[in-house]
Amino acid sequence: MSSPVVGTHHLVRLILRRDRIRLPLWILGTTTLVAGSAQSVLALYDTPEKRAGYAATVEASGAGKLMNGIPYDVDRTAGIVAYETTSTATVLVALMVVFLVVRHTRAEEESGRAELLRATVTGRHAATAAAVLVAAVASVLVGMLDALALGGLGLPWAGSFAHGISLTGIGLVFTALAAAVAQVTASARLALGISGAVLGFAFLVRGVGAVGDSVLARLSPFGWTQELRPFGEVAWVWLAPLLLAAVAGLALTAYLTVHRDAGAGLIQPRPGNSHASASLGTPVGLALRLQRGLWIGWATGLVITAALFGSLGKEVRSLLADNPEMADLIAVGEGDVLEGFFAYSALLLVAVATAFSVSAVLRLRAEEEAGRAELVLSTALPRTRWLVGSLAVTLVATIVNVTLIGVAMATAHGVVGDDWGSFGSIAGAAVELLPATLVVLGAAVLLLGWLPRWAGLAWAVFAFALIEAYLGDLLRFPDWLSALSPFSHVPQSPVEAFTSAPGIVALAVAFVAIGVGAVGVRLRDIG
Amino acid sequence: MSAIELHQVVKTFGHVRALDGLELTVEPGEVQGFLGPNGAGKSTTMRVLLGLLRPDSGQATLFGGDPWHDAADLHRRLAYVPGDVALWPNLSGGEVIDLLGRMRGGLDLTRRAELLERFELDPTKKARTYSKGNRQKVALVAALASDADLFLLDEPTSGLDPLMEAEFQRCIHEIKDRGATVLLSSHILAEVEALCDRVSIIRAGATVQSGTLSDLRQRTRTNITAETSRPATAVGAVEGIHGLEHHDDANHHRVSFDVDSAHLDAALSALGAAGILSLTAHPPTLEELFLREYGDDVGGAAEGGAPTTAHARGTAGVPR
Repeated sequence: MSSPVVGTHHLVRLILRRDRIRLPLWILGTTTLVAGSAQSVLALYDTPEKRAGYAATVEASGAGKLMNGIPYDVDRTAGIVAYETTSTATVLVALMVVFLVVRHTRAEEESGRAELLRATVTGRHAATAAAVLVAAVASVLVGMLDALALGGLGLPWAGSFAHGISLTGIGLVFTALAAAVAQVTASARLALGISGAVLGFAFLVRGVGAVGDSVLARLSPFGWTQELRPFGEVAWVWLAPLLLAAVAGLALTAYLTVHRDAGAGLIQPRPGNSHASASLGTPVGLALRLQRGLWIGWATGLVITAALFGSLGKEVRSLLADNPEMADLIAVGEGDVLEGFFAYSALLLVAVATAFSVSAVLRLRAEEEAGRAELVLSTALPRTRWLVGSLAVTLVATIVNVTLIGVAMATAHGVVGDDWGSFGSIAGAAVELLPATLVVLGAAVLLLGWLPRWAGLAWAVFAFALIEAYLGDLLRFPDWLSALSPFSHVPQSPVEAFTSAPGIVALAVAFVAIGVGAVGVRLRDIG
Repeated sequence: MSAIELHQVVKTFGHVRALDGLELTVEPGEVQGFLGPNGAGKSTTMRVLLGLLRPDSGQATLFGGDPWHDAADLHRRLAYVPGDVALWPNLSGGEVIDLLGRMRGGLDLTRRAELLERFELDPTKKARTYSKGNRQKVALVAALASDADLFLLDEPTSGLDPLMEAEFQRCIHEIKDRGATVLLSSHILAEVEALCDRVSIIRAGATVQSGTLSDLRQRTRTNITAETSRPATAVGAVEGIHGLEHHDDANHHRVSFDVDSAHLDAALSALGAAGILSLTAHPPTLEELFLREYGDDVGGAAEGGAPTTAHARGTAGVPR
């Protein structure tokens, strides 16, 4: 009997061929972001006084702990670099392997392509083994490049390697997690959703544990990487839980694989309705049905996150008042720190929420590629109404999402901080960013209409806007580069005075882009 | 007015000429078979008719309208079944049928129920759990439950079992009886023979043959083997003879050849002059007909002008 992993090397080559652009982008993008942030931190905290100020700030900052965990070794430059970059880096590595593993396991099975491969001389575990192998090597590469980048910037080499190894460890944990989840669900989208939820939960557990200084912080993989303390007294023992979790996940995966049928999950599909509800049958009804799950997921996640940010407002005011360094870091400059915190939080959350709008628009392209658009458009439904129906749902959902961010943040702050006076200005901070979100949405529609094969480039527009919003100041983007992001043009209320002109211009740009894109869809071939 | 008229339609994708001067006419009330090897341009033609693709040149009309500009209005009168049905994985089959029916302008619920029963389709299953044949049934029920005037069927029975195939044929007879028009792309020749009044055969994006099945048979060769009392040398002089072979010995004179239907009479006269002792004649089977049309070199087809006239055929005989 041949080995259960026979054929793995062929599948590895297939994965490398299919991801020959995607994977290097993830690896280099992640490490470049870490290196860029590290360089900025080095420039920002170049004197002992500034470092002491930073340490005092973050050790007292709940918001910082929520996002970045327990501040270890922040009295030295290397420690500050680690504290500032590790959260982003670990989340990116985790997302990289989750996408990679699900894409090459459950998504392949769901599409039926895996069946074609399984019919060749391929072992039962080969598909998972190949995806896990590539994800593991990618994690190691990120770790190595991270170590080389940090060491190259002048950080201690031993610590840099420890830091890199911690990134690899996170990669291995989430590789195993995604592999196991991919066995449980029959749908790749659900597998991504569950893995993403676990990732978010693990991140929150670490954050909440760090804020409350409780044992929770040591229950999350994101906490384990910090306990390793690469730039302090390295506690190698914390590698053990990372490796153990990875091994346990892979063992569970192997067990589940042999206990299920190919193509099936462990969750059995429920029967659906034999008749469509009255709403299904209009373009809006169909679009609502197709975007509903995506939207509810996003709205829920955004409300929870916005409420968390909002609940920290009271603390921020008292903690940051005398720490201009931290205020600098959150890109505020002058003005009330509370307002600065909410302006920054709103910017970050609204920029993230734009991902929903992009993926909802790109779903139309997926409908075309799958041949489902052809089926719908063979009915009496005009092409324009198909497009407008779907875009209307996306547009309304986007407006609701952005409003929810503002309202949830303002409400949480009102309840926790007993400060309802700022409700309008906090909620407004999010809503004012809506035109910028719509510009990104418009860019996606424009691509859909005129460059359908390259519609995925809309993600690049989104990624740039997000990085500019999140790290633009830290990375010292030149003005012309920042100007490419629509978010840099709308006022950052409540810090900046609200002016309606940029918002109106952005709205106009967005709707022109949507209109021109719609014309493109009307004029081009479908499919 | 024809239900479908395509004249000199060209559609290119980059360097590939998917349709290269295609001619197609479908008259109201007829069931026309649409045949051709894989990649000949059958699905591209369907998509042009649906207004999903815009032809580079040529004229396309559907019920006298422009399939590109009047797509949605024309679609009220037609129903489409693709050869590879893609469905929304989280919608049930029943929901998809209702969705498509409503978007077409309403569907007959009694007929929907009847068709579900006839095709033995469970409408409560989610589309992701359907097999290929069942996905095909969803699209078929959605199309057949409509009262469309025109049915565009692109290999509609791929993946159906023989019982369902028979049910499908009954359904086509029913819609034909109520006067609907059908354009049926298929590789199942028995299905084409059973259902179609006329057949169009395309290759490399151009029409090579069009006519009734008996027309097509007319235009092909009959295989003849005869024993004669004297050597049938005169046969060699007859026009339209292919693959002529003589077996002559002392007492027996045997001759076999293929002859174009148009010259059958002349060939038999020539044989008669040699004194026929025995004669076997095979009309071409449908299979042979299509093999010849799919496999022949059709370099001369373009010169043949309108596709309903016999086109110049290559000299190579059909391998037997």
